[in-house]
Amino acid sequence: MALEKATGKIVAAQGNLMTVEFTGIIRQNELVYVKTGGQSLKGEVIEINGNLAKVQVFEPTRGVRYGDLVEFDEELLSVELGPGLLKSIYDGLQNPLEDVAKEAGYFLPRGMYLTPLDREKKWSFTPMVKAGDPVERASYIGWVPEGVIEHKIMVPFRFQGKGTIVEIKDAGEYTIDDEIAKIKDENGNVQSITMAQKWPSKFPLRFGKRRYPDQPIITGSRIIDGPFPVAKGGTFCTPGPFGAGKTVLQHQISKNAEAQVVIVVACGERAGEVVEILREFPLLDDPQTGKKLIDRTCIICNTSSMPVAARESSVYVGTTIGEYYRQMGLDTLLLADSTSRWAQALREMSGRLEEIPGEEAFPAYLSSRIAEFYERAGLIENVMGDTGSLTMGGAVSPAGGNFEEPVTQSTLAVVGCFLGLSRSRSDARRFPAIDPLISWSKYFDRFGETGDDDLKKKVKIIHKAQTVLKESDEIGKKMSVVGEEGISLEDIVVFLKGEFYDSVFLQQNAFDKVDTTCDVNRQLELAEVVGTVIDTKFKFNTRDDARKFFVDLSNQVIQWNYTAKGDPDYKVQKNAILEQVRGEKE
Amino acid sequence: MIKAYNKIERIKGSIAQVKAEGVFLGELAQVKMKSGGSTLAEVISFDGDRVNLQIYQGTKGVSTGDQTRFIGKPMQVRFGDSLLGRVFNGSGDPIDEGPEVMEESVDIGGPSFNPARRIIPRRMIKTNIPMIDMFNTLVISQKIPIFSIPGEPYNELLARIASQTDADIIVLGGMGLKYDDYEFFRQYFTKSGAMEKTCMFVHMASDPVVECLLVPDMALAVAEQFAVQDKNVLVLLTDMTSFADAGKEISISMEMVPSNRGYPGSLYSDLASRYEKAVDIDGSGSITLIAVTTMPGDDVTHPVPDNTGYITEGQFYLHNGVIDPFGSLSRLKQQVMGKVTREDHGDLANAMIRLYADAKKARDRESMGFRLSEWDQKLIKFSVMFEERMMDLGVNLDIEDQLNLGWEILASCFGKNETGIKNEWIQKYGKWS
Repeated sequence: MALEKATGKIVAAQGNLMTVEFTGIIRQNELVYVKTGGQSLKGEVIEINGNLAKVQVFEPTRGVRYGDLVEFDEELLSVELGPGLLKSIYDGLQNPLEDVAKEAGYFLPRGMYLTPLDREKKWSFTPMVKAGDPVERASYIGWVPEGVIEHKIMVPFRFQGKGTIVEIKDAGEYTIDDEIAKIKDENGNVQSITMAQKWPSKFPLRFGKRRYPDQPIITGSRIIDGPFPVAKGGTFCTPGPFGAGKTVLQHQISKNAEAQVVIVVACGERAGEVVEILREFPLLDDPQTGKKLIDRTCIICNTSSMPVAARESSVYVGTTIGEYYRQMGLDTLLLADSTSRWAQALREMSGRLEEIPGEEAFPAYLSSRIAEFYERAGLIENVMGDTGSLTMGGAVSPAGGNFEEPVTQSTLAVVGCFLGLSRSRSDARRFPAIDPLISWSKYFDRFGETGDDDLKKKVKIIHKAQTVLKESDEIGKKMSVVGEEGISLEDIVVFLKGEFYDSVFLQQNAFDKVDTTCDVNRQLELAEVVGTVIDTKFKFNTRDDARKFFVDLSNQVIQWNYTAKGDPDYKVQKNAILEQVRGEKE
Repeated sequence: MIKAYNKIERIKGSIAQVKAEGVFLGELAQVKMKSGGSTLAEVISFDGDRVNLQIYQGTKGVSTGDQTRFIGKPMQVRFGDSLLGRVFNGSGDPIDEGPEVMEESVDIGGPSFNPARRIIPRRMIKTNIPMIDMFNTLVISQKIPIFSIPGEPYNELLARIASQTDADIIVLGGMGLKYDDYEFFRQYFTKSGAMEKTCMFVHMASDPVVECLLVPDMALAVAEQFAVQDKNVLVLLTDMTSFADAGKEISISMEMVPSNRGYPGSLYSDLASRYEKAVDIDGSGSITLIAVTTMPGDDVTHPVPDNTGYITEGQFYLHNGVIDPFGSLSRLKQQVMGKVTREDHGDLANAMIRLYADAKKARDRESMGFRLSEWDQKLIKFSVMFEERMMDLGVNLDIEDQLNLGWEILASCFGKNETGIKNEWIQKYGKWS
């Protein structure tokens, strides 16, 4: 690294792309500050050629002049990691938006960069090592309570080789800038350690061994946990046209998923949607811990009207924070809405760089970037032997709702689970509008082998139900051509069984306070009822008999779905349902 | 210091190149034409001393010997109460007969609102149009387009909504307007008395294309200033497809790589940064944004309506002179339905739409010559009443009356137990004798 930071001056500018003539040594993706009109605008080096560097500026560039000074920072675009990330709301450059609002009022001023973590707050630190203990990077040296979790303080990830604790502070109250330990490295140099550290956001943060994701993350949504489950440390995507309920689905998952840390990245979407999270999560209870939902949530928010270049950065900032908590042995979940906006940001920049465009003008490296992004998910056994996971889900907003477009296709090539939302299902008010006939999950069969007994049982039933659903769909199509009269009673029953499974299991009412989430035991119980119905041979005489029976039965089961588990009616209703099924048995 | 340069090096599309020093991105320049007259231009890029200017009035007739003077400030718009009742073009010059406006200038395209300062919207906007108030309720700070096709009365609908709401200020941004449309708005607002609280920025179809791009920014900058002064502002933008097309024309003339059907890759961001100006400021004013998006070929998957749909909070489909009850959606209606309005509102509206959907199917059966059941006939009777008394855009009723009318229609078509509405509401509000 250069001893002195490089500097340069603006020689050309178009939009937020600057050409900088520089002296000194610079590196690709190095941070820069463009000094203009008394302000300092953050940017990033994206191309170097001779003594000219192309820089993408993360802010509006109005007012930039020929000759404006540019300072190179040596650092790459980094995320500050430490206690206090949870409950925060950041923009795509990890600027704390609440603090910005306190300083600047209603609007987002340009060139204001505040520190992401609270410098004043004292954390109650408990050491986990003593002087003389051997450590390496990512070893725990202590912990502080943050919300509901034990936030592990780790040896900085940049620490090289083996080290020895020289000194560790006693339990007590410290700020993130206070020295809590001294560590001697292999060369005998003693480094001072605080609770905060930085990590370049575009590099995967992963220390430990990768493990095969073979356990499910329960989302509380039956259509996901049932036929299209997601593994802890797995990946999924939710493409869908506008109005199909992508955002409601993402909010549902962010509220109910069994993760210890949830990171919501609002990337290029409506600000209004973030506001709902911001205003509601502090009031909603976390079903797992009884604390408030906001206590486990970190929000990265670079909405559609915020600078496009920072939008690209926002998904990496979110991912790095997720990886950081995973490194402590926690189950983390990252939800990005929407990765299409991120891809569009890449496209805009690629256009300005005059790169040769690929399909629909997206850059040729689109699919490799998407693959790199999702590869950061995973299950790891960290250096302390604890297991942590980062599960990643991305919403995709395909143009015209057409899944053939490049972002959807590149995403499908790398994710483990595809939850495709369809307009026809949302028009029919079948929510969540995940289309059970086009969606898939690679984890489904895996869980049939690796899951516990309950999970295996569920997989078996759902497998059968899905087959019936497909048959049912075929019969439905036939029926719309030849009319009900042209279909045999036997087929009508299959059709009705498929509809029954769809309406009581796959569909779920997000606005009912009980049905909004369904725990794993309850899912199994319901699946068993569905399985019984599917396996039963009924003794109907006419089509009308069959139809009436299933309409009735569906209604009863839906009412049962609305009944809380603790309710005395819960058992009664279940027995009534089973009784009714037995009554019509052949 | 004002710098003047006497040579234009290169002219292409709406872009002219000048050799100049010390200019900044976004700086405004005045190009004085040899043939008389002058036009504004904006610095859009520079490379060394070669500066590219976007000429607002277009480069038609610009000569290599024309003089360029850099003004040292970016594009601004005048703002103040004296804008009300006035009409301006895309460069901010008055085009009515009135005098020059002497007010402070404010920058256009200012910073975006801090999401952390936004609040959940919960104030209803009454339009007295049943298809809006009752079925797709508008909420203050909502951004919503009217999806339509040429020939539909979308401007009439826009004008009517504007005149019937109690907004403090109306700002109209017209893009690619025909002269007739412009006159229509002016006369409508004058007649309804809304003109005194209205300010118009109008780009006519024959005006230079660059001005079309400026109109929404001008309109929204003015709206934002009123909003921070505690005013509830209603912004009308018609037609956003013209705006997108202007962006397409300019980006292609600048040799930018097009992404989808010739539109620039930034189409989504360009639209979003305008729509996202809609806001309800805690303890102060608000901006509500209703736009028109005409769909080329009635195709909702066309890039303009498609991108718009991902940005806005719902949409109204205007088809055959009525607001289509199926495709139309107000994403914010849940915030006010049954909370600000009467408790039966949500259930009643849903039931009516569901029955109307069934009625459509019954009508299909009727037109195919199938025998109709008694229930089918009830549905058809209902659909006729629903269309005449609620869907017709001529209907003008307060929300309370709309709800009562809904119950009356149900009572005259169906039995008490046939509507599927909660018993509680039927007891309390039903019109069955």
